[in-house]
Amino acid sequence: MSPWSFFLGHRTEILSATLDHLTLVIIAMAIAILIGVPLGMFIIHRPTLRTIALGAASIFQTIPSLALFGFLIPIPFIGGIGKRTAIAALVLYALLPILRNTVVGLSGIDPAILEAAEAMGMTPGQILFRVRFPLALAVILAGIRTATVITIGVATIAAAIGAGGLGTFIFRGVALVSDSLILAGAVPAAMLAIFADFLLSLLERRLRVV
Amino acid sequence: MNTKPLPLPEPAAAPAIDVRGVTYRVACAPGQTQISPFRNLVCNVSLAVFPGETLVLLGRSGSGKTTLLRLINRMLVPSSGEVLVESRATTVWDPIRLRRHIGYVIQEAGLFPHFTVAENVGLVPALEKWHPDRIAARVRELLQLVGLDPDEFSTRRPRQLSGGQRQRVGVARALAADPPILLMDEPFGALDPVTRGELQREFSALARRLGKTIVFVTHDIREALLLASRIVLLEAGCVVASAAPEEFPRLIHPEVQAFTACLGDEPEASS
Repeated sequence: MSPWSFFLGHRTEILSATLDHLTLVIIAMAIAILIGVPLGMFIIHRPTLRTIALGAASIFQTIPSLALFGFLIPIPFIGGIGKRTAIAALVLYALLPILRNTVVGLSGIDPAILEAAEAMGMTPGQILFRVRFPLALAVILAGIRTATVITIGVATIAAAIGAGGLGTFIFRGVALVSDSLILAGAVPAAMLAIFADFLLSLLERRLRVV
Repeated sequence: MNTKPLPLPEPAAAPAIDVRGVTYRVACAPGQTQISPFRNLVCNVSLAVFPGETLVLLGRSGSGKTTLLRLINRMLVPSSGEVLVESRATTVWDPIRLRRHIGYVIQEAGLFPHFTVAENVGLVPALEKWHPDRIAARVRELLQLVGLDPDEFSTRRPRQLSGGQRQRVGVARALAADPPILLMDEPFGALDPVTRGELQREFSALARRLGKTIVFVTHDIREALLLASRIVLLEAGCVVASAAPEEFPRLIHPEVQAFTACLGDEPEASS
């Protein structure tokens, strides 16, 4: 059977796996953003904490994804078989690009602007939220974009711990030595990544104020 | 104190800014062979700025002018001595209140690129929670004051302005909440000579009209002579001369002479 006719024959199955995949990515990204961006804001003026947080995030990034999923299974609350563990692992992966770009974006503001803000009598909170954050938004979004693309890719491996998604086809295809099955998972995943990248790059360009 | 009695505008008035024996030191980078582990950026400076006066701090790069300016609005705190603003030490002032009480203009203006011109000018009033109508009226008034048509410029972003226009907006922003004191750190330093001359003349007229107390930092003696009611010359963190602009070139201190020597050179090379 050609990959194309396989694809047509299983399109409802593929579509529902794609939606599963997307759900996994969206939930993981939402959590990673909610952790990464505020954490980045919190650590910019705290050098020690900054080193620790960025170091920890880098370490998670270096653990092979399959191993990370494996490590998480025995951990209570977030562990076990299924979506929850997969999301936890995806969050850990997405954290580094978001955290790093948040820190870089917030600390890369023109010193003259910060000096003016301070001299105008803005409080540290006002400087953070009204000056640093809006000016760093494009850089932060670039980090979110990188993280999204990574997460879409890594999420295919989540199928190994029973989280579903497009990885299901890939693993089945590898086991059955079927190119059609592998492609049925890999092509939509790749398209998802390209599409997300494009969409976020548009948003990023709109937010680039300077 | 190495200043002689000065021609004061209002001899009886209390100084708006009173710098009393202020030293500001920073730790030296380790490894440097130094006698002391500290370096004085500002060294035992005393000077008083009286209401309505335009005091120009003149000096080379690294002479401590900007540091002294930043000690006035408590961006820095003296290592010893004290700075009184309206008879209260800056360390007693709430820093936020103090800074909103003092306008500040810097080179390249430091405008917020994500704000429109109107939002930049209306910043301090907005922080002070003025009514939006009052802010809008004030912004129009100020843009007219600095020679920018409000209808044309209000909605522009800083990047859509020329250097001179940005600097005008910077001045308008500093004046927004009508602060009695204005600190200016080489505000016209990055402009081309023609625009700079224009802004200097306009600003000098404006300053006289508004009656603000102004501390103006520059390394350009022409600018100092044009704008100052008094010039204070700094060298290596210390005050070495203080005089009215008419008397200043006649002082015999070598650093004064180094500066007045620049006056001979025709059109001053760009900073």
